[in-house]
Amino acid sequence: MARLSAVFFGFSKQVLQTVATKKMPHQSLTHNIILYGTMKSIQDILKERILVLDGAMGTMLQRYKFTEEDFRGKRFADWEHPLQGNNDLLSLTQPEAIAEVHRKYFAAGADIVETNTFSGTTIAMADYFMEDLVYELNYESARIAKQVADEFTAKEPHKPRFVAGSIGPTNKTASMSPDVNDPGFRGITFDELRIAYKQQVEALLDGGSDILLVETIFDTLNAKAALFAIEEVKEERSIDVPIMVSGTITDASGRTLSGQTAEAFLISISHIPILTVGFNCALGANQLVPHLEVLATKTDFGVSAHPNAGLPNAFGEYDETAEEMAVQIKEYLDKSLVNIVGGCCGTTPEHISAIANLAKDYKPRSISAETVS
Amino acid sequence: MKNEKPKYLKLSGLEPLIVTENTNFINVGERTNVAGSKKFLRLIKEEKFDEALDIARHQVDGGAQIIDINMDDGLIDGKEAMVKFLNLIIAEPDISRVPIMIDSSKWEIIEAGLQVVQGKCVVNSISLKEGEEEFIHHAKLIKRYGAAVIVMAFDEVGQADNYERRIEIAKRSYDVLVNKVKFAPEDIIFDLNIFPVATGMEEHRRNAIDFIEATDWVKENLPHCSVSGGVSNVSFSFRGNNPVREAMHSVFLYHAIQAGMNMGIVNPTMLEVYDDIPKDLLERVEDVMLDRRDDATERLLDFAETVVGKAKESTVDLSWREEPIQNRITRALVKGIDQYIVEDVEAARQSVEKPIEVIEGHLMTGMNVVGDLFGSGKMFLPQVVKSARVMKKAVAYLLPYIEEEKLKNPQEGDSKNAGKILMATVKGDVHDIGKNIVGVVLACNNYEIVDLGVMVPPEKIIQAAKDEKVDVIGLSGLITPSLDEMVFLAKEMERQNFTVPLLIGGATTSKAHTAVKIDPQYKNAVVYVNDASRAVTVVGDLLQKETKDDFKKTIKLDYEEFRKQFLKRTKHKEYLSIADARKNKYKIDWKTSEIVKPNTLGIQVIEEYDLSKLVEFIDWTPFFRSWELHGKFPDILTDEIVGTQATDLFAEAQQMLTKLIDEKLLTAKAVFGLFKANTINDDDIELETPNGKHTFRTLRQQLKKYAGKPNFALSDFIAPKETGKEDYIGCFCVSTGFGAEEIAENYRKDLDDYNSIMVKALADRLAEAFAECLHKDIRTTHWGYASNETLDNEALIKEEYKGIRPAPGYPACPDHLEKPTIWDILKVKETIGVELTDSLAMWPAASVSGYYFANPEARYFGVGKIKEDQVEDFAARKNIELETALKWLAPNIADD
Repeated sequence: MARLSAVFFGFSKQVLQTVATKKMPHQSLTHNIILYGTMKSIQDILKERILVLDGAMGTMLQRYKFTEEDFRGKRFADWEHPLQGNNDLLSLTQPEAIAEVHRKYFAAGADIVETNTFSGTTIAMADYFMEDLVYELNYESARIAKQVADEFTAKEPHKPRFVAGSIGPTNKTASMSPDVNDPGFRGITFDELRIAYKQQVEALLDGGSDILLVETIFDTLNAKAALFAIEEVKEERSIDVPIMVSGTITDASGRTLSGQTAEAFLISISHIPILTVGFNCALGANQLVPHLEVLATKTDFGVSAHPNAGLPNAFGEYDETAEEMAVQIKEYLDKSLVNIVGGCCGTTPEHISAIANLAKDYKPRSISAETVS
Repeated sequence: MKNEKPKYLKLSGLEPLIVTENTNFINVGERTNVAGSKKFLRLIKEEKFDEALDIARHQVDGGAQIIDINMDDGLIDGKEAMVKFLNLIIAEPDISRVPIMIDSSKWEIIEAGLQVVQGKCVVNSISLKEGEEEFIHHAKLIKRYGAAVIVMAFDEVGQADNYERRIEIAKRSYDVLVNKVKFAPEDIIFDLNIFPVATGMEEHRRNAIDFIEATDWVKENLPHCSVSGGVSNVSFSFRGNNPVREAMHSVFLYHAIQAGMNMGIVNPTMLEVYDDIPKDLLERVEDVMLDRRDDATERLLDFAETVVGKAKESTVDLSWREEPIQNRITRALVKGIDQYIVEDVEAARQSVEKPIEVIEGHLMTGMNVVGDLFGSGKMFLPQVVKSARVMKKAVAYLLPYIEEEKLKNPQEGDSKNAGKILMATVKGDVHDIGKNIVGVVLACNNYEIVDLGVMVPPEKIIQAAKDEKVDVIGLSGLITPSLDEMVFLAKEMERQNFTVPLLIGGATTSKAHTAVKIDPQYKNAVVYVNDASRAVTVVGDLLQKETKDDFKKTIKLDYEEFRKQFLKRTKHKEYLSIADARKNKYKIDWKTSEIVKPNTLGIQVIEEYDLSKLVEFIDWTPFFRSWELHGKFPDILTDEIVGTQATDLFAEAQQMLTKLIDEKLLTAKAVFGLFKANTINDDDIELETPNGKHTFRTLRQQLKKYAGKPNFALSDFIAPKETGKEDYIGCFCVSTGFGAEEIAENYRKDLDDYNSIMVKALADRLAEAFAECLHKDIRTTHWGYASNETLDNEALIKEEYKGIRPAPGYPACPDHLEKPTIWDILKVKETIGVELTDSLAMWPAASVSGYYFANPEARYFGVGKIKEDQVEDFAARKNIELETALKWLAPNIADD
């Protein structure tokens, strides 16, 4: 019998690397004002129009061609381990660049930017031996994004800007064995994930995130640990905070890496109230359509999508242009599939601008649409 | 605002499970419960997790929509076992596709379980037993972990045992959960306690009816929730009397489901069909369940005594013979009883105008029931084949009348059938068990079967297809050269502008081969069908006017897509050149390796081996598989789903086996030889035999391996000539097929496909058993390298012995071309009469041939795909045309 690990691992190593290392792009900025009252307002806005999420952070940062030295900055000049590639760290060593990327996305028409914290857990930061910096990384990233968001909100009060604290999947999986020969083995436990996520969530909120975005979920159990941690923080602080949940369908099988269908994934994360559920990464906009259709017809929550700029070419680069992508996003809009739309790997402010231009003319998917299942 | 909208219990494994008011009763699999299954407990205790997984898989295969897992036992670490077992289940997509019910009385076990399952589970269970505070605490966590929950009707005072207490506790639990915890009401499942009835105690009289009425109240008053329970409890006082228990379960469920119970734990083999319960029993059981009479229990007890000990059939027999004719015929077909069929068919014939109406009316009505039951997994293959036997007898009886009718009214047409299907085992191949089964099942579904038999040359298939104007052609094959025959036939059909669909089946075929090699050759539909139940749906889809175009289109596209994916995938593999593969061969240290000289060198012939000695060597598992009953022997006999059927089949197999042996209907013959041998030039094995020098050519793995893993060839297990050591090899051919074909054919002529297939399946098993038995004699006596070996049959099946006996055509030596060499060396045809066909299949089919390797380091392996450089090299070594080598090795050559 084919075991799950055997079935999926051919693909999984690649995806795990892409997904879970620091190559992935997503971000945002902020300062210290914590807008806990935003759930309602975001929900109100969501009823009026389609919100636009930003595009890739990593793709934009590549343009700076930062060297090992740049990554280190002064503060980490003597760090004992190589740091190039630790994009999250740039929030501390190159904060101007991070702010600039956020600014470009807001200027392109994004309503929401994601914090530069995709790998901001002790689990993912272990690669750089930077577990102790996790709180600061998340806090600063959120603060930077919030600051830029506030600049734009001040300039254009009719279009308030929001910061989504990006919570990545980590580079470990709680439902699958990393050892093909030992399918019962697990590289990480639910509790380890929950504790790491809780720390990230607290710092993201302290730094000023308006929304929490659990994204690029390839293993639903990891996401459930993140949601568990968020619920704990909400209860301890007696607050509410809008949550976006975004899974990843890894290939043409139409399933997550951990083997769930889109609907099974939806059912598995619907136990707490969330703002939106959606998909991002791994596939281009076209390939996501059938899976978004499942969500759109089966959930009462909002639906989000931030696909890649197509599939990577032979060199692992994304070369779909803004126009090419926009044509595909139009299908989402024509079919009323989404409430929030943006971009993942390979997307740039040009892509977001094209998407924002389209989206403004469409009515959002009706969130009160009854679930007919 | 949203209150009006129905809310459904939604669960998930890898796939969703949504329980709506239209969903049928949800059956929870309970065999993976240490408290309920002794076998499962033993496996967990002995840490035999693989076998424990098989139990879970069986349940899912058998239709369980949720699987309940319970590790509460004093002697195991429940938490550790729960986590370990769940982690293993998660790694098996065919099991973890369904949601899991985490069942424990200990919270720490439940929580540990919730932490390892990604899907939405059901927690079984929580209750108010320890007070509201703990209840709320656990419910909150369950909600946060994202699971649904079973709530027991239990509170601080105790377990609810009457109607009022049930609804009181349910209401209170519901209010706390929904209002205080904000638990989704649709995620609440009440277990309202099913207790035994007819215990003789006055206070138990209302146990069933109270549950049923409480269920009704809960569904009416507590919106959106579900009701569940463990059904077998209700019949507890009738342990040992299965007919009564089965009736009680059915009656209970019948009423509870009407009241709104929508899921539960039910053993499907302990369930009688409600409508099939004899009237007198039904009445008494309902009296008890619904508490309709004061003396209900006594009356059922009295009646039960008359049922105890009797076979189920005999109690039912009396009544069904008195039913209307159609019911009798349907029952005979469903149950496979041929005793009364002629009598009933005659009665039916007298009731209609034309005899054909009995076939089109009575018999088809019955066969449709069989088809529906089989299609929905409620009947199994051996039963269907028995149904076919009854059907054939009925039709045979009617035929003379139909002929007579035709003479009277020549303008009347023949019986209408659903379509004509040609079936054939391709040229060079002799295996037909699977083909016959598919033919029988299709015939049951009103298709006319044109069976051309085995070793059918392509031109004969083409001609027959034209002459008979068939609607579908089905090809079968078991050995690899048959694959090429199928490709050839597809090409030929294309060339001759055929349009009928082509079905491909048989042990060696696969969706991959069909999609990649056959499908592109033929513009029209080609479908890979490898079991009988699928054959019926596929043929239906292919021939029904409404579906056929869509189906054909979909299949074509599916195969095209599959082909694309497949070709993409194969590209990633890296291969070594044959020279490099040889450098990385498996190296035995010949200085120290132990070589035992055979006690007897040379060739020996066994003219007639005592069949009865082979019985203990039979591996029964593949026997059941050939009847499409899946599971390991002997566990399969007690399997929850197919156990009864497997037990019946096994008993009938034993009868047939006894007959075959006692009446000496089969003859077991063997020839084998042990010879001096050395490996030469890496991959060849040179032998000295009484018939001169011979050479076996072996094939070597070429797939690039991880560091340290060798590229095996069988020649690695024989000392190379340059070591100066004298080494040895053996080869053999055994057959138990002499006589099998004739007996099978006689049964077939007697319209008894069931026994015809049975004989062939048993002959195959005996041949394998003979090979096993002879190998043991070789190890312990003739060669004698393992003279102290003591292994039981299970160990033999697991191949725990020293040395190997690989067979040409199987993974370690996938080419069939060495078979003629074995035939030359042993003079197989001359000594025992087993022949090789054009495709190098053995005839009779129930034969096994192969090599013996004795080195302790010899092991089984798969050659896998090889590259053309090895094929060229092989052709040169063997001194054959490259083209010939390419043709024979085609299934093993890697695509570029």
